Order: sequence, then C-alpha cells, then structure tokens
Amino acid sequence: MADVYLDNNATTRVDDEVVQAMLPFFTEQFGNPSSLHSFGNQVGLALKKARQSVQKLLGAEHDSEIIFTSCGTESDSTAILSALKAQPERKTVITTVVEHPAVLSLCDYLASEGYTVHKLPVDKKGRLDLDHYASLLDDDVAVVSVMWANNETGTLFPVEEMARMADEAGIMFHTDAVQAVGKVPIDLKNSAIHMLSLSGHKLHAPKGVGVLYLRRGTRFRPLLRGGHQERGRRAGTENAASIIAMGVAAERALEFMEHENTEVKRLRDKLEAGILAVVPHAFVTGDPDNRLPNTANIAFEYIEGEAILLLLNKVGIAASSGSACTSGSLEPSHVMRAMDIPYTAAHGTVRFSLSRYTTEEEIERVIREVPPIVAQLRKLSPYWSGSGPVEDPGKAFAPVYG
Amino acid sequence: MWDYSEKVKEHFYNPKNAGAVDGANAIGDVGSLSCGDALRLTLKVDPETDVILDAGFQTFGCGSAIASSSALTEMVKGLTLDDALKISNQDIADFLDGLPPEKMHCSVMGREALQAAVANYRGEELEDDHEEGALICKCFAIDEVMVRDTIRANKLSTVEDVTNYTKAGGGCSACHEGIERVLTEELAARGEVFVAAPTKAKKKKAAPVVAAEPAPAPVTEAPVAPPKMSNLQRIRRIETVLAAIRPTLQRDNGDVELIDVDGKNIYVKLTGACTGCQMASMTLGGIQQRLIEELGEFVKVIPVSAAAHAQMEV
Repeated sequence: MADVYLDNNATTRVDDEVVQAMLPFFTEQFGNPSSLHSFGNQVGLALKKARQSVQKLLGAEHDSEIIFTSCGTESDSTAILSALKAQPERKTVITTVVEHPAVLSLCDYLASEGYTVHKLPVDKKGRLDLDHYASLLDDDVAVVSVMWANNETGTLFPVEEMARMADEAGIMFHTDAVQAVGKVPIDLKNSAIHMLSLSGHKLHAPKGVGVLYLRRGTRFRPLLRGGHQERGRRAGTENAASIIAMGVAAERALEFMEHENTEVKRLRDKLEAGILAVVPHAFVTGDPDNRLPNTANIAFEYIEGEAILLLLNKVGIAASSGSACTSGSLEPSHVMRAMDIPYTAAHGTVRFSLSRYTTEEEIERVIREVPPIVAQLRKLSPYWSGSGPVEDPGKAFAPVYG
Repeated sequence: MWDYSEKVKEHFYNPKNAGAVDGANAIGDVGSLSCGDALRLTLKVDPETDVILDAGFQTFGCGSAIASSSALTEMVKGLTLDDALKISNQDIADFLDGLPPEKMHCSVMGREALQAAVANYRGEELEDDHEEGALICKCFAIDEVMVRDTIRANKLSTVEDVTNYTKAGGGCSACHEGIERVLTEELAARGEVFVAAPTKAKKKKAAPVVAAEPAPAPVTEAPVAPPKMSNLQRIRRIETVLAAIRPTLQRDNGDVELIDVDGKNIYVKLTGACTGCQMASMTLGGIQQRLIEELGEFVKVIPVSAAAHAQMEV
C-alpha cells in the first residue's frame, strides 16, 4: 500500500505536466537567456511566458512586477531589507508573532541591529487585533510584513485590509503568501499590497524557485546586485528550467483553485470530523472558520507530537508536528505558544495538510489509524489513567526541574 | 526526521516496563513540560537488600524520551540502589547505541529520574542543579547555559577559548555567530568589548606540534609566573591547573590525570568519556594552552594511553 502524504504545507509533489514542461530546458534548450544566439533566445521567450502565467495567478497588473528568486525566504528577505534600504530614515518594522522563521528570524536580527520591531500578538484562535495594528502605523515604520496564511494552522490574516491601512498611512506592505498562493484567489491589481512572496515548491513546482511580486512604483533596492537579470532587481543567471516549471505550476494552480476550495476542503473536513469523533481530548487549533482549505491542525492532549509522527510514519502516514522535539528546539511551536495553547497540548499538535492528490481512501485510512496511535501513547503518559486524563493533571504529575 | 538507531526504535515501538509498578516504594518525577519531556519512574525496592525488584515508567515525550525511559528500566532491574546510581546518562545512550546530539537530554532525564526516585526512597531532598538552554553547538551538543557559565567562570573572551573549554564551536563552526553573540553579551556585562579574531583562512595551531625544541616564544607575552620554579613547585602548579580544568571534563563524564613531567613534556592520561572522544586532541590543545599561560613557558602536553603508561613504568 502506498504511503499517504499529508504534509503538503511542508512541500508538494511536482506536477507531472510541470516536470514535462521543464525537462527540455536541461538538455535541448539549455542556453543562457541573456545570449543573443538561438540557444538562448528560445529560453528568454519561455521565461516571458512563465512570468505571464505567474502574473495571471496573482492578478498582477504588469508582468514586470514579477521577479523570480530562488525561494520564498529570499523573497521575504529581499522585500524587507529593500524597504529598509530605500527608506533609511524609517527604522521600524511591524510583523506578527506567528510569522514563518523566514520573516521572524530576519526581524530578530534587525532588532539586534537597532531597528524597532513590533510583533503583533494573536488571540487564542490566532487572530490579530486590527485596532492595535492601526495604533502602530506611524512615520517611522518602513514596512509591514504579515503572512497571508499561517503555515501551521492555516489561519488567514486580513492582509488586504491591513495593506489598505498601511497604504493610507504611506507605509509599504509586504505579505509572505507562500501558503496562500494557489489555495485562495488573489487579485493584486485591486489590492494595496506592495510586495508579496511565494514559493514554487508549495504549489507543485520544484524546490529552488520563488517569486517576489513588486508593485510598479514601489521603491526598491536589490538584495543581489550584478547582471541585468530580472531588470537588475535580482542579478544572477536565471534558474530557467525551474522558472518555466513555476509558470506551468501557476497555470495548473489556477485550474485547480476551485477543486482546492471544494473537494480538498471536503476531505479536510471529513478527516478532522472523523478523528475528533473518536479521539477524546483533542481539538483543532487556530481559527477553524477562517483558514486554508487544505490544513487541519489538531492538538492531541497529554502526548507528544514527535512520538505520534514516528508511529504514523510506521504505518505509512506522513504529517508534521509543532512539538519541540521535531524542531530540535526546547520550546514547542511559537505559533502554538502565541495562541496560549497549554504545553500539554502544544507538544501534541499534529498538522495534516492535504493537496489535490489526496484521495478519499487515504483520508479514511488516516481516520482509522490515528485513534489507536493516540491511545497507545496515552497509555504511556503520566497524565493519563485508564480512559481519561488523571484528575487534576497539573497536580497529579508535577515533575521537578520544571 | 531524526537518525535513530535500531535499538532506539525497538525501545520506542515496543517499550519495556511501561506503566507504574504496583506497590512502588520509590518514585521519581522529572522533566520539563515546556521542553515537552517528562518522566515518572516507579521502582519497587527490597527494603532488606536495597535491590530494585521491579521498575516501570510513564513518559510524556518524544521517541527518544520513551526509548530512554524503557532502556533505563531494563538497566536498573536487579541492581542495588548504589549500583543503579552509577549509571550515567552516557550509559543510557550507549545502551541504545547512541542518541542524536539534540536528544542527549533524554538520557539525562533518565539519569535524573533515577536520582529522584532513589532520593524519594531514602527520604532525601534532591538538589536541583538542572540547567538546560537552547543548543548552541550541534556538533557536540553544548547548550547556551553551559557556554555562558564557562565564559563567566573562566573569564573567556574569544571563540577559541570557548572551544577549548567546552568544545562548542570545534566542529563545523556554523555556531560561531551564536558563540560571538554570547561572548559579546558576557564581555559587555563585565565591562569589556568583544574583539573578533583576525580573519585568516589558515588558522595557526593553538600550539605547535614540534617536539621539545626549539621552543617558540610563549603565546602570552610577559609571563606572570616567575621564571624559576623548583621542580616540586612546578609540578604543584601543573596539578593546580589540571584541577581547575577537571570540572569541565567531568561534566562530560571525562577526567584527566597527571602521569609524569619530563622537562617540557607533560604526560597526562585522559579517562572516562574523554577516552576515544574525537575531540580529545582539542581538549589536549586546551589543556596545553592553559599550562603554557600559567607556567609562563612552553610545554607540550602528551597523552598517554593506559597501556603505554604501564609499559613506561616497567
């Protein structure tokens, strides 16, 4: 029986059509798009087409607003550092506590360099307080960087509204949309978003290619200087095959947008309901009414996530966890902590993320396999006794060195 | 995912002695909920002989925490309490054919649970000397607390010092940014400014490997130690230096012993976990550097294996 892959927020299988489209660019049309001869010329035309496909997926006004990069992280760094370089008189960055490390680590580094960083807190469902946000928008803010959808919970942030608020205050707005692109409709020309990051491998393109959307007229300072590639805004020879793949992946994402929001969503809801109906002391984290259609993040109380993943892996199911152990850090996921999820639950969060390849049979299999695994680990847990948690778990088991 | 040994997987998939022991008379609860690892160890001890008759565990934690707990219960059954206490966290890790560096704390937790359970049985108070911070050096599993404490205790000021004292940063060197950050903070706290080592692709050896002669100028200028010391004074001085280094080694279950002093050659024996440690030469380099500074003269520290030493004495 083939393994079940429910970790599509980590990375996705490359679409067959995407692979077919990129292959000729390794061996037949291998030229440098900057070259004048026919070897390069054809590649240049293919890049142009890819750029237009991404433009269409994002609803951007001009294809020159699309800058190809190497990954989502590069796009995030380019956007935030550009805003600071272009406006040296502004020394503040606004972001949120639940951003991806691509933004959060950079902001922490900027803070150590003397910049002011405001991290907007979230409530127990992972939602932002927009009044608080409005109060922080002043002339010292160079850029606001807020993710469109959270990678762990799938919770969506009102980035279009937040971009409008920033724009009205004369502040650049960047969004890390790597989880949202391809899963929620995006129409940038009718938004106030100045910059947007996306990553190819999250939408069935290969790893190693990303995009930075840069609204025409937005002041910009490149991260990589050198050649004239990407109109001098991202020097370095184009990763032609992957950019072409990105273009086809963008077309396919547009075709499957409806499917993501109907069929994938239905399977996700079925998975979630199926597990919660059988497993007690488990709950969905984040904002269930306002999230990506493919993501289910479930906290299994009194057990630890890595142990769950190892047992799932043993029966051929791939998922991921917000536990400390899976990351090698000492704290559970910063997203779970930010939502004030207690430690006994935060360590036991498991993220199931579906894709257009997920089938009904796979979901039914996961619904069957999860409950006994949870029960098996709870039997080992000092917080569990018989068929339920011990009475007053915090008191019954209070380890020293806590 | 982690690179777990088959033994770890075996003890995780089919843990031994899971659950609380009936009629337990020794209970140890340890761990940290914030870290996501906590363990209750229950033992049934024969009050006449102090022999552990049965052991059970309940663990909230990851695969290696569960495997370490299972291993611990297997290891202690049938031992007297005193013998059980001799089990180190390294023994638990060895029993499991090793643990990834990020997971060594799971074996430490097992060792602590044992101490806590024995203390509970004997009605003793357990001193909480547990400290744990985020890992700085992943090559040698050295955490920030250890780096910070060592910098403070020994007034260290360079990354190289930190590597010599703790091993942190002695591997892939990716953590040097982190070590520099801690150094900057610690030096600022004592009113100094961190100055990075000059950029050099080829590092000069901490101490040249040439034999006894010709001794290059000591690294430290203007040696503080008086140039003339009697043999006895000199050996006492060497002993003092080694004694100062010893706690650092013992923290890693290692130790160093002075075997002989012959002019500029100082023969030592590394024991415990230091034996066969791939960082042994780094450790020796650190000891040599320290001795050069303290004695104000160039000396060469030479490791002596137990066998070689036996031969030497014949």
